[in-house]
Amino acid sequence: MRKRKFEELFFRVLMVFATILVSGSFFLIVGTIFFKGLPYLNWDMITKTPGGGFYIGKEGGILNAIIGSFYVAGGATILGLIISIPVAIFINLYMDGKRFLSNTIRMAFDVLFGIPSIVYGAFGFLIMVYFGIRASLLGGIIAVTLLVIPILVRTLDEVIRTVPFELRDATLSLGATRWETAKVVLRQIRPGIFTAILLSFGRAIGDVASVLFTAGFSDNIPTSLHEPAATLPLAIFFQLGSPVEEVQGRGYASALILTIIVLIITVLADILIKKFSKHKI
Amino acid sequence: MTKTPHISVQHLDVHIGAQHILKDININIPDKKVTSIIGPSGCGKTTLLKSFNRLWDNTADVKITGKVLVDGEDIYAPDAEVTHIRKKMGLLSQRPYPLPMSIYDNVAYGPRIHGIRKKQVLDQLVEEQLKATGLWNEVKDRLNASATRLSIGQQQRLCLARGLAVGPEIILGDESTSALDPVSTAIIEDLFISLKEKYSIVLVTHILRQARRVSDYIIFVYMGKIIEFGPTEEVLLNPKEELTKEYVKGYIS
Repeated sequence: MRKRKFEELFFRVLMVFATILVSGSFFLIVGTIFFKGLPYLNWDMITKTPGGGFYIGKEGGILNAIIGSFYVAGGATILGLIISIPVAIFINLYMDGKRFLSNTIRMAFDVLFGIPSIVYGAFGFLIMVYFGIRASLLGGIIAVTLLVIPILVRTLDEVIRTVPFELRDATLSLGATRWETAKVVLRQIRPGIFTAILLSFGRAIGDVASVLFTAGFSDNIPTSLHEPAATLPLAIFFQLGSPVEEVQGRGYASALILTIIVLIITVLADILIKKFSKHKI
Repeated sequence: MTKTPHISVQHLDVHIGAQHILKDININIPDKKVTSIIGPSGCGKTTLLKSFNRLWDNTADVKITGKVLVDGEDIYAPDAEVTHIRKKMGLLSQRPYPLPMSIYDNVAYGPRIHGIRKKQVLDQLVEEQLKATGLWNEVKDRLNASATRLSIGQQQRLCLARGLAVGPEIILGDESTSALDPVSTAIIEDLFISLKEKYSIVLVTHILRQARRVSDYIIFVYMGKIIEFGPTEEVLLNPKEELTKEYVKGYIS
């Protein structure tokens, strides 16, 4: 009897400890960038591009990187979605008689999911060299699209698989074609599509390695796809590497901005998911 | 001259994987009557029902041989147009699965995919079918509300209305009341009885009392074979086959 009670207590303490450790380190991370970055966070940081001498501690902001990051992550997510939705629909609704093939494709995307982003960066760079594209917004978008496609496909795939078969039977038995059925399924999974967009955007906006050689870096806001674009992770990287205290502090402020952006997107997605799940069974 | 029945099954065999689910099924489904397929779980009742509108097409490892003639046309012939065949049959599944859209759009979905665009025509169709399923008075003020807001019994009637809206000749019910409460079950059963004036109805049920209440004919299936087919009273009260007798009396299930 005492042994069982001890066992109960032991594992309880273990679980509480693990929970505290994980949530504690979360607050530690957020706290660090908050306290180190907040003193350097000002209106200029998010409304101005770097001025002359920004990297030795003089005036300016990181608007170039904020906009650049939105361009790259947004472009890659949109492009990725255009490619991923048909893939997810195809392996689920058109290949149902060929389970071996569809599972092989799923496995391929699982493998791609696990590939480090530097590999996508390198691959994107090769594509750019082949087509003669220089480090630019377009290059960054291409590399990051490669990075997010596996995330999008696998997320959408999982979501589509939660749609009951009976719903497909319902439309099919009304005489709907597969494509018409797919449209109903897409409607059913709208909240899931938002989740996929969120995951993809979150990954895209925070990734350094894939944009390292593909997007380049620039103190200006890109005005075309062929100009190099700054991104937040790279801006953080460059600033933290500086020996100037002022610049380092701004690095933390930049990290804070990136975290806040991701937070806003998360909350926004949550609201949208609730709004769009109105018709869900 | 004998009229061809809406559904005529000839030498139908269904294999799923290595299992032989249905064995040499031959049956003519009576028109404008309610026919119940009864039998123990796993005997092939649902398989038989789903083979009437080729819902097995999208499942791996299913092999179907033999003929299912719908209005004299073999639906498993290589040149058969599957959407056209399915349009002739409304399916009511075990649980209601309303489409993720409004009440109105659920009923209008079928007509829309078959090319009806005029709002007037759609309005009329929606009203007609909702009246036919007794839902009209309950939902007429909230046709744009989400279909999922309805109670489960109402959802099932909505699914029936949705099926009727494409103008089928046949209604297929796959244990359509198994998820419903007794009151909703009674409403659906009454609907089946009133709808047989216009439609040929085939139901799968494992509830003998339900089969007795609603059906004119009964098909008893056991281990993938049709054991007995005949008028309800005859099969249930005076079965010819020993297996049917045992099933009806509750010795086997």
